[in-house]
Amino acid sequence: MSADVELDRVTIRFGSFTAVRNATLKINNGEFFSFLGPSGCGKTTILRTISGFLEPSEGAVRIGGRDMRGIGPNKRPTALIFQNLALFPLMSVAENIGYGLRVRGVPGEARRRRVDELLNLIAMPGAGDKLVSELSGGMRQRVAIARALAVEPQVLLLDEPLSALDLKLRQHMRNELRNIQQRVGITFIYITHDQGEALTMSDRIAVMNAGVIEQVGDGRSIYDRPETAFVASFVGENNPFEGRVVAAENGHAVIESPVGRLRGRNRRAVSIGDPAVLFVRPEIFALGSGHEDGSLESEVLNVAFEGNTTHLFLRGPDPKKPIMVSVPRGAGSSIPEQGSRTAIRFDPEDALVLPAGSLARE
Amino acid sequence: MSSTVGRIAIVLLPLLVIAVFWAMSAMERRVAGHPGERGFLQRNGAAISLYLILAVGIWTLLLIVLPQLYMVDFSFHPKLPPAQRGGERDVYTLENYRYFIYGSTVRTDQLNTVHLKAFFLTIGASIFITALNFAICYPIAYYMAQVAGPARLRVLLLLLIVPYWINEILRAFALRVIFGVNGLLNTGLMAIGVISDPIDFIGQDIALYTGLSYAYLLIMVFPLYNAIESLDKNQIEAARDLGAPWWHIHLNVVMPFAKPGIAAGCTLVFMLTAGALAAPLILGGPKSLWFTPIVYDRFYQAFNWNQGSAYAFILLLTCIAFVLVVLKAFKVSLGEITR
Ligand SMILES: Nc1ncnc2c1ncn2[C@@H]1O[C@H](COP(=O)(O)OP(=O)(O)OP(=O)(O)O)[C@@H](O)[C@H]1O
Ligand SMILES: [Mg+2]
Repeated sequence: MSADVELDRVTIRFGSFTAVRNATLKINNGEFFSFLGPSGCGKTTILRTISGFLEPSEGAVRIGGRDMRGIGPNKRPTALIFQNLALFPLMSVAENIGYGLRVRGVPGEARRRRVDELLNLIAMPGAGDKLVSELSGGMRQRVAIARALAVEPQVLLLDEPLSALDLKLRQHMRNELRNIQQRVGITFIYITHDQGEALTMSDRIAVMNAGVIEQVGDGRSIYDRPETAFVASFVGENNPFEGRVVAAENGHAVIESPVGRLRGRNRRAVSIGDPAVLFVRPEIFALGSGHEDGSLESEVLNVAFEGNTTHLFLRGPDPKKPIMVSVPRGAGSSIPEQGSRTAIRFDPEDALVLPAGSLARE
Repeated sequence: MSSTVGRIAIVLLPLLVIAVFWAMSAMERRVAGHPGERGFLQRNGAAISLYLILAVGIWTLLLIVLPQLYMVDFSFHPKLPPAQRGGERDVYTLENYRYFIYGSTVRTDQLNTVHLKAFFLTIGASIFITALNFAICYPIAYYMAQVAGPARLRVLLLLLIVPYWINEILRAFALRVIFGVNGLLNTGLMAIGVISDPIDFIGQDIALYTGLSYAYLLIMVFPLYNAIESLDKNQIEAARDLGAPWWHIHLNVVMPFAKPGIAAGCTLVFMLTAGALAAPLILGGPKSLWFTPIVYDRFYQAFNWNQGSAYAFILLLTCIAFVLVVLKAFKVSLGEITR
């Protein structure tokens, strides 16, 4: 049975506050799908709506084509892994994993077998008798996954499950999660505010801001072809230059910014007079002057050597946000000194002009 | 010791203790710095430590242990006129306990059915009332701890606490007014035509059991509330998400977690109910059987302090034994209750 998850114009309000506005998307069966967005943008709210703890104020949630309105969380083919895991502290690992089966009246022997299978899946064979309090953070993580998988959900919902782990373990668990997902083959809906996590693990990503889904797509298209100023500034490093459009032709637009005229690709069809933002990623810049509307000159505020690349920070139009330039090692050119003025250039083909909108806060 | 000296001692000694304690702690604060994580002696200083040990020790000994021991000793002696106390007839004897079982200090051919019946009824009814209290309080405590918002919680707490500002005797009399033959309840029921003749709530012991159930309700609510409040909401939701129906969640997630609180509430209510005196005296009908008024009567109607001590001691031991057995059965340690 297919278990596509469909959000159809879902709006969720708490009193007069709208936490999620008009969200529409379709998550395919077997997909690893992530919701990415800053804290408070409504990610947990969406997840709780899919799992049935909240009902949408407007619109519908459909799983496998079936409208889920009025169906409680205990009756949906979903399993939720909570931000804090919520393992049962008084039960052993095996009892935790077997809880959903016990609820369903699965007899003891079959239950034990299934729990052992799951313990193998999460690479913790023989750990069934341990108490939750005896486990490390990563092990708890895996037990929570096993507990959710035990009831054979068609959709597994994960609410920032790695946020409590340290960096190393987090990177390890990313692979682990992806592996488990490929083995069990069910839909994973994953929530994170960490773009690296979303980009490395997901088939597709929905980027959210302030309750609105700004863009849905795979990691590459979100990174290379952001559709809104927010997505461009939230996913990956990016340098925004705000200004007004002064020319727009042949798929390009030129904006008049405080650092001069700049040209970029015009995918969103901004027209002359519109307020717009031009984005240039740090790796797109090169040292030295170039084309008239593909270069600028500014003071070097800081030089940060990071091994394979060197980051230069130049004074930008916004005094609080310097322009970031990455120079790869062996690029040939000598690195300018701090305090000097230098010219940088970029290929307008790789710069993007987008309609003005809210930018991600650093 | 004359009664005047005794009275003065009783009033003055606690005051004296408080004064001395305050003075010493003030001095200690000036001499030593901030008390850290050290042993009892280092933390308090030798003088205060010694004082604390002596004060607490003497107090426990004088006010708790000695009177109890005295009562125990009393219960194993026959009732004698003052002149003969300590005389040759003042021997150790089981006759007070014998009286409880056989209704006579010498014969053993007939059981003391009245007292025995009252005793077992008291224990049984206390168990029942404790269970009833739990059944009433668990949903309230759960609601307060997990469902209600802060505003609603405050209102609920107030509603629960305010009736208990009224003292126990007044509350019992109020219930008597409600349950009397011409009371509020009968009048009301007859007015709306549910019954044609008044029901004798007091004679039927309905008033008594209602009063006893109500008397210690709060004592059940708070330990339950405390225990359930510390349960992570996500655990309840996780259980629900895994498919558990609500009763399964309460039975297997909430109650095991709240077990220490449940044990604390139940033992307290059971002990207090079994030992309640005011409610049975005021709300009991002419034929009501409750054990505490019988104990009371041993002391003040029969003027038999020896027998009264034996009766009180029997009740105390039975209650403690019962509570310990129940705790053991539910695998709750005494330490957990005080958590
Ligand atoms: N029960 C509620 N009542 C009122 N407002 C709520 C409720 N739950 C969430 N909100 C609000 O909805 C918004 C979105 O919350 P949500 O928990 O979905 O954010 P999130 O994206 O998961 O953030 P985080 O990354 O910090 O977990 C927040 O502004 C929050 O204050
Ligand atoms: Mg969240």
